[in-house]
Amino acid sequence: MDIMNLVNALPGAAAQGLVWGIMAIGVYLTYRILDIADLTVDGTMCTGGAVCIMLMLSGCNVWIALLAATGAGILAGLVTGLLHTFMGIPAILAGILTQLSLYSVNLKILGKANQAINVDKYDLLVSLRYIKNVPFWQNTILIVAVLTIVLIAILYWFFGTELGCSLRATGCNPNMSRAQGINTARNKVIGLMLSNGLVALSSALLAQYQGFADVNMGRGAIVIGLAAVIIGEAIFGRIFRNFALRLLSVALGSILYYLVLQTVIWMGIDTDLLKLLSAAVVAIFLAIPYWKGKYFSKPVKRGGNTNA
Amino acid sequence: MLELKNLYKTFNPGTINAKTALNGLSLSLKEGDFVTVIGGNGAGKSTMLNAVAGTWFVDEGQILIDGTDVTKLPEYKRAVYLGRVFQDPMTGTAATMEIQENLALAKRRGKTRLLRKGITRAEHAEYRELLKVLDLGLEDRLTAKVGLLSGGQRQALTLLMATLKKPKLLLLDEHTAALDPKTAAKVLELTDMIVNRDHLTTMMITHNMKDAIRHGNRLIMMMDGKIILDISGEEKKKLTVRDLLDQFEHASGEQFANDAALLG
Repeated sequence: MDIMNLVNALPGAAAQGLVWGIMAIGVYLTYRILDIADLTVDGTMCTGGAVCIMLMLSGCNVWIALLAATGAGILAGLVTGLLHTFMGIPAILAGILTQLSLYSVNLKILGKANQAINVDKYDLLVSLRYIKNVPFWQNTILIVAVLTIVLIAILYWFFGTELGCSLRATGCNPNMSRAQGINTARNKVIGLMLSNGLVALSSALLAQYQGFADVNMGRGAIVIGLAAVIIGEAIFGRIFRNFALRLLSVALGSILYYLVLQTVIWMGIDTDLLKLLSAAVVAIFLAIPYWKGKYFSKPVKRGGNTNA
Repeated sequence: MLELKNLYKTFNPGTINAKTALNGLSLSLKEGDFVTVIGGNGAGKSTMLNAVAGTWFVDEGQILIDGTDVTKLPEYKRAVYLGRVFQDPMTGTAATMEIQENLALAKRRGKTRLLRKGITRAEHAEYRELLKVLDLGLEDRLTAKVGLLSGGQRQALTLLMATLKKPKLLLLDEHTAALDPKTAAKVLELTDMIVNRDHLTTMMITHNMKDAIRHGNRLIMMMDGKIILDISGEEKKKLTVRDLLDQFEHASGEQFANDAALLG
């Protein structure tokens, strides 16, 4: 256990955490703001990468490829949204249906299970090769950090607009929202599209970073996203009250997740067990607020029926 | 202003739990009417209000608001015409949003929400003035999350939100039933004040017969999804709780007699 091995691996872990952070912000939008656990992301987390890599392999500019990947994610969100609102399928099941169909779609986009892209031959925006020994403006960590901050700024602005406010209201109290003339079904669709767009963008960056898109790269993505949201909230929740800072805490949560993961791997854990471990951590963190409410709270007195 | 024509609504039709909640209900409100609605549990009071609000569609019949047929209009579109306050103080406001954000949402009822600012600088001052009227100290807590407010404060805020954009019809569904007597009285007082100030056409469901008599210019009693008593004007002013109870027994008895006759 050479400590230098760990130190050398940490910048890469941080970069990967940042890339996943954009995905986690997407999960935050559905899970926390819309109050929907959207499982579409497991599929979208591959779709974005698949679209991006295939476009770049056919000679497309990296920014256009990123944009197209985001668009593909938005479409996936639209499908889940329509399954949920127009066809009345419960949100979780709608997400699973889209996720499953995306597996086929992703295979069709890629043509085979795995497509590699050579960092020397193509002009990638981010790569694990761009962590050290590159000019600082080419450094993957810097580029993804700047991108994340720009995205947070845009989201902060958006959720302050009339439409953004109505989206927050939809997630918080759908009855009240409809009573105030808000089309809650449409808003849910918009939220799912926005979220999956971000996830696909993250996926496109991840595929470039690791140098390939793989049909299994999104497996369990929702768990990583939730872990980042929960870690971010647990650590920064008390000091970060502002909405933009909350989004930032999700991105930081994702970085922490990958740093911890790297450390655990360095300590020599069987990497086959990593997904089990992640799931267990998320399960426990999700249970804590529930246990708190159930076993450690004082009974709340409600208004009586003295007027009856 | 409001026209309900022969409304029918059955919940869980075709099952053992089938319940006819509206049974040929008709009602017509004039502009400026303040109607109080009473009736036993399951009489169809809330069902009537939800039918008007569009929570679901009625099986049969027609609903007109100010001459516009809204029978097939979804809930969120009908909201243009309606202000609503619910029985549960949690229902009318968004708990995780600020007081001023809730008001801003209400101010944009019926408008297309796009990418303009969700709340403008000018609105801060406006909401401060509006909240002062409530006299609950909320004017100094514009940025507080609504979840921190008491039930009474939330109902008062909901009332303000319901009337911020003058509705054609104000629907109050036992909006004081979950509050303690003192707070309930205060919220009712505010209701009267706002309804009179803005000349709002209002329907108020209540379980409290005294309140039903004291407020409004018209009183209806419901039973089995129909209106069995409709009193207004001078007659209503003279009404006592005893009268209402007598009427209620009379109506129930008649119902009983009808049933007996059918069975016989």
